[in-house]
Amino acid sequence: MLTDRSKVVVKKEMTLTERLYLPAIVGGILITIRHFFRKSATIRYPEKKREISDIWRGQHVLKRDDEGAERCTACGLCAVACPAEAITMVAAERKPGEEKLYREEKYASTYEINMLRCIFCGLCEEACPKEAIFLTDRIIETDYTRKGFVFGKDKLVEPVAERVDVTKRQTKDVLDFKKHKEYSHNK
Amino acid sequence: MISFLLYKGIVIGVIFTITLLIAAYSTYAERKVAAFMQDRIGPDRAGPFGILQPLADGLKFIMKEEIIPNVSNKLLFILGPCIGMLTALMAGVIIPWGNTLIVNGNEYSLQIADLNIGILYVFGVVSIGVYGIMIGGWASNNKFSLLGAIRASAQMISYEIAMGLSIIALIIMTGTLSLGEIDVLQAGGAGNDWNFWNVVYQPLGFVIFLICAFAECNRTPFDLPECETELVGGYHTEYSSMKLGFYLFAEYINMFISSAVISTLYFGGYNFPFMNNLGLDHNTITVLGTIALFAKIFFFIFFFMWIRWTVPRFRYDQLMNLGWKMLIPLAVANIFVTGLVLILTRG
Repeated sequence: MLTDRSKVVVKKEMTLTERLYLPAIVGGILITIRHFFRKSATIRYPEKKREISDIWRGQHVLKRDDEGAERCTACGLCAVACPAEAITMVAAERKPGEEKLYREEKYASTYEINMLRCIFCGLCEEACPKEAIFLTDRIIETDYTRKGFVFGKDKLVEPVAERVDVTKRQTKDVLDFKKHKEYSHNK
Repeated sequence: MISFLLYKGIVIGVIFTITLLIAAYSTYAERKVAAFMQDRIGPDRAGPFGILQPLADGLKFIMKEEIIPNVSNKLLFILGPCIGMLTALMAGVIIPWGNTLIVNGNEYSLQIADLNIGILYVFGVVSIGVYGIMIGGWASNNKFSLLGAIRASAQMISYEIAMGLSIIALIIMTGTLSLGEIDVLQAGGAGNDWNFWNVVYQPLGFVIFLICAFAECNRTPFDLPECETELVGGYHTEYSSMKLGFYLFAEYINMFISSAVISTLYFGGYNFPFMNNLGLDHNTITVLGTIALFAKIFFFIFFFMWIRWTVPRFRYDQLMNLGWKMLIPLAVANIFVTGLVLILTRG
């Protein structure tokens, strides 16, 4: 015997009170009635939302830089990192005059995340060298079709007018790294 | 004659409506009670507190596709739920829903028919109720339905014996089979004229009757006829749409009627404590009495649900053991003891 936790099973005859069932049933009744008056654990969802963590991993955002140009360069590292293979993209070359729209010479002309495949692990965010993709505390909305869950750039890229705050998702390591101006990434 | 028919018609109409209404809201109450006992909220989307949920459920049942299996016996397939519903509603006839109302010097009883064999009528109607289930299950031409139906009828027939025997002790005591008279005998209660309800004299009979009522209504812990894990849906596996609705509805009506019978037989029916000490006139007492009766009925309906969410389902052999080896001997012993005590006390 390795531990003293094991118990010897005894198959003993039930006593008369046990065989009557009624005392046990009364005990059960008292338990259920106690729960009857207990506060319910339900949160009425659409009206009332449960508090979520600051670093909640929800719907992705494709960030723009300070000038409003898209940061994503369609390198595909996020798609490679994605364990659920939820990310697809098509790269395109920036044309003269589009410098305001795209930060670097290469950009993603389409960028799609299948939210039904996504497991919200955040590996895309870790893989991204350009700080272009982040997970946010927004919850994916429901839809009636599978197609509705494939989010394109229209839903993913943040609008210039309303930026999405992702500072909570940026770890200390990232922030430290950003201080080193010698890397081209941080220029 | 016309006025008599009119008065009976009104009473029948009112009781019919109330029965259906209570059965409908029992479904809502069942879900709410279940939810509360499991620390949930329950249906709360249809109307305030989900109060319109029964309407939504009914509408859903009516709108659903009606499927009658090709291999079934169509006439019997349709007849099954009809019988179930009919017998469930028929039992309400002999329940005394209240004392008499005196209008313009005429005395109007709130009981549709005070049969002098009231209890036997209840048993007769309940026995026909088995046919609803049996016919439905057999006509479906489905093994699960048939097994469910066989279980249901075996269970109901077994427990009817114990139920009848437990009632016999009560009948020995009261000396009448009429529910109206049994109610009158329990009149008064606490107050100047001490007169206890029958449950005080027949506690064992009451417990047996209650357990059998659970079995008769096919309620948990005796809901083997529709045991999902073994029998899919039991006798109503093949039923859909309003025919299924009728079966489920009949179960709730049965529950309501059983509660009414239990209240009437053992808990004084429309009598309530201190009813003769309040100094109120006859009609007010009658109305209060009817309210008291419904309070008792609602308590027992709640009790049915309460037990449902407390006790797990019996195994089939346990069910039969309990019925034949425990309840029937106990009921017989109860008859003997009751008879003996009556002989010794009344001479």
